[in-house]
Amino acid sequence: MSMTIKINGESREVNADDDTPLLWVIRDELNLTGTKFGCGVASCGACTVHINGQPQRSCVTPISAVGDSEVTTIDVIDTPQAKAVQAAWQELDVVQCGYCQSGQIMSAIGLLSSNAKPNDEEIDSYMAGNACRCATYQRIRAAIHRASDLLEA
Amino acid sequence: MDVSNTASTMNRRKFLKGTAVLGGSMVVGFNATGLLAAAADGTTATSSGFNPFVKIAADGIVTVVCKHFEMGQGTTTGLTTLVAEELDVAWDQVDVEFAPSHENYVNLAFGGQGTGGSTAIANSFMQYRQAGAAARDMLVRAAAAEWKVEAKEVALKDGMLTGSGKKASIGDFIEQAAKLEPLAEPPLKDAANFTLIGKNKLPRKDSVAKTTGKAMFAMDVKVPNMVYATILTSPRFGGVLKSFDIGDAAKVNGFVDAKALPNKAGVAVYAESTWASIKARRAITAEWDNAAADARGTAEMVSEYNEKLDADPVYDATGKGDLAETEATAKAAVKSVSADFHFPLLAHAPMEPVNCVIEPTEEGGIRVHDGCQFPMITHPTLAAITEIPPEKVEIVTYYAGGSFGRRANGNSDYHVQAVMAFLALGGKKAVKLVWTREDDLAGGYYRPMFAQRAHIGIGDDGKISAWGHRSVAQSIFKGGPMESMAVHNGVDHFSVEGIVDTPYQIPMSIGLTDYESPMPVLWWRSVGHSQSGYTMEVLMDMAAEAAGADPVEFRLAHLDESDDNQARFAGVLKLAAEKAGWDGKSAKGRGRGVAVHKSFGTYVAQVMDVSVNDKGAISIDKVTCAVDCGIAVNPDVVRAQMEGAIGYGLGAVMRNEITMKDGVVEQGNFPQYQPLRITDMPVVDVHIVPSDLAPSGVGEPGLPPAGPALANAIYAATGKRITKLPMANNGITFA
Repeated sequence: MSMTIKINGESREVNADDDTPLLWVIRDELNLTGTKFGCGVASCGACTVHINGQPQRSCVTPISAVGDSEVTTIDVIDTPQAKAVQAAWQELDVVQCGYCQSGQIMSAIGLLSSNAKPNDEEIDSYMAGNACRCATYQRIRAAIHRASDLLEA
Repeated sequence: MDVSNTASTMNRRKFLKGTAVLGGSMVVGFNATGLLAAAADGTTATSSGFNPFVKIAADGIVTVVCKHFEMGQGTTTGLTTLVAEELDVAWDQVDVEFAPSHENYVNLAFGGQGTGGSTAIANSFMQYRQAGAAARDMLVRAAAAEWKVEAKEVALKDGMLTGSGKKASIGDFIEQAAKLEPLAEPPLKDAANFTLIGKNKLPRKDSVAKTTGKAMFAMDVKVPNMVYATILTSPRFGGVLKSFDIGDAAKVNGFVDAKALPNKAGVAVYAESTWASIKARRAITAEWDNAAADARGTAEMVSEYNEKLDADPVYDATGKGDLAETEATAKAAVKSVSADFHFPLLAHAPMEPVNCVIEPTEEGGIRVHDGCQFPMITHPTLAAITEIPPEKVEIVTYYAGGSFGRRANGNSDYHVQAVMAFLALGGKKAVKLVWTREDDLAGGYYRPMFAQRAHIGIGDDGKISAWGHRSVAQSIFKGGPMESMAVHNGVDHFSVEGIVDTPYQIPMSIGLTDYESPMPVLWWRSVGHSQSGYTMEVLMDMAAEAAGADPVEFRLAHLDESDDNQARFAGVLKLAAEKAGWDGKSAKGRGRGVAVHKSFGTYVAQVMDVSVNDKGAISIDKVTCAVDCGIAVNPDVVRAQMEGAIGYGLGAVMRNEITMKDGVVEQGNFPQYQPLRITDMPVVDVHIVPSDLAPSGVGEPGLPPAGPALANAIYAATGKRITKLPMANNGITFA
């Protein structure tokens, strides 16, 4: 069925059954491929987007549940936290294969938006749902601290 | 959608593209006989008899053609560094793109185009430097001719030519330079003059694209007239499709069709979106002929492995026919150690489940969009199946979302599945094959199950006097395209590597027996070393304890440092011990373990620090890692690979295993095959041994010592010796 969703600052007409996960609407229909498919069961976080500014797993969010909410993806996000996180990720060369990093970054932005100065335990706890098979975790931790410093500066 | 295969992250290139086209470009590469060659604009792999490795445009932008794929290991940064070093251009002036599938882009370690075995930098080290040096020499000569000075009076630095009071960009001389003959052996820099190789630190070429969602993976490819396909496959390995019923699949919005694959390996479910295909597949039921299928469960497999351990080994890996005698000697020693080890099946589980797009071309061929690890296998395999001439098969390579060995497959399994689905639909529509995580975990090609048994005797001198060893494994290489390289006298080297070729000076005898199953197995990050490192280094710890010696001192006592190989092995061990402040002691509630292993020409030692909380749960606190990989082309990439391989190895030994019940895989998705999480990740402190030796691999060698260093640390902290993996099955919990 046809419906309108608000994504990346635009209203977009999409045609999908109610149970279609937001992830597949974003990727296959809207061609926004920065958001990744990793597990389909909210267990890896590669599909993380922001819904009304909160990180959510788009692979288990049915399109019918999106309603009037504002969806933001890695492809356009440019809040101060986003800029700081991306700059820190680049400065420390966090990425390896890179496939999970859109989701890692969307979660890290969510963390810094709610906690400007997280410690290691807070980072680990917040980021535990984002899997990285390349195990870039040490650099993710360091980059979140660095992004926090960049935001403070 | 942009489906270009460039790995570019730079806006500058896009901005100046028009200029580049107008001005033409200069390309330097190698021809079929391996000689350097150069040509002007418009050169392609097939049109001119040589393959471009370096392209220089009029805007001065240098594009390095990467013959290896990028799965995160850093090749797009590494190969680029080699060219930029010799060409003397600025780092942000260098771009990178993936090579097409062509026989001239061979991995010099394999003889075919492919990435694996931690060989990318090692085999490219001279080749990419030569290409950069040849281009440099030609540009300098062209400038010298124009400026009417001797070539030695022209300097090239940061992409700018200077001489005779003049200054110009390399882009200004590409037309004249392309007309010159490249030197057969262009002069290369002495290591002392390197300005990029070995320096800290060049930003990764893929960092910007991968932090902004712009990096293109095969999963992101969409071409015109394309349908999505998932495949319903047999729940048991070796099952053959008898029939299927589409049930309510046709009621799924976007469902297109369902067809039996021509090879009866499954049912392809086509739809207008990935989700519709996944949903429709759930509605389809199939009947399988299980006559040739494997219906064994893990418990049966384990007992068969144990029976084979007990029986006389079929093959003699050390070739001296003295296993029984060695075992008897070991058991008779006053001080001795005996242990059985067991290693489970492991899935690679790269973050990007395997997938690819097969697209018909206007020329009657096919174009494959893939994070392609083994073009040398995939290209001819797909040509043979489709009966399309190889020259009409194209492979476009994208970033791969991890591999750990999974995408390098002697059978090109997922490409074959995709092309079967493409053919079943008539060959006119592009087909995008997508695997779900469930497909990935149940899809086979696992790290084989291994069983090991050792009897070790300690002599009066406190050193190992006899080591009898038995290994049981399902061979990875037998029956595959590289069998002749790997299998000698029945022994698949990769079933005993890391033991048979240990640098330790130990009187050893090794027997091997194969396990057979229709379940396919595959190399998994560090291949045989993924378990032999564990076996060797836990046994060395047990032997050290039996001998009453310090684990580091005991290991060093079995190394003769007048031999270069053993000296490097001892060198990383001593460095890790020194950096960790090793004193052989563990404080209460804490444990320290050490392990050292050589693989892929690289030496890695690790000291692992763990602590035990009041509930008895283990916390992995810190890993001190020393690595000797020859010249570290990009030290920060080397550090990243050590961090990553340690994490990948730890996650597996802690809690990962693929198990089967009645031949059906029991792990459905990540909740049943938990990847290492950030909460598990220790601090990793990497120390690189300075070296002027040729570079060796770094993608895999960090893994083998991680598991045994952890096991030895847990033993030091708890007295619990873990020889059957994963650790979670031994009552070990992690904080």
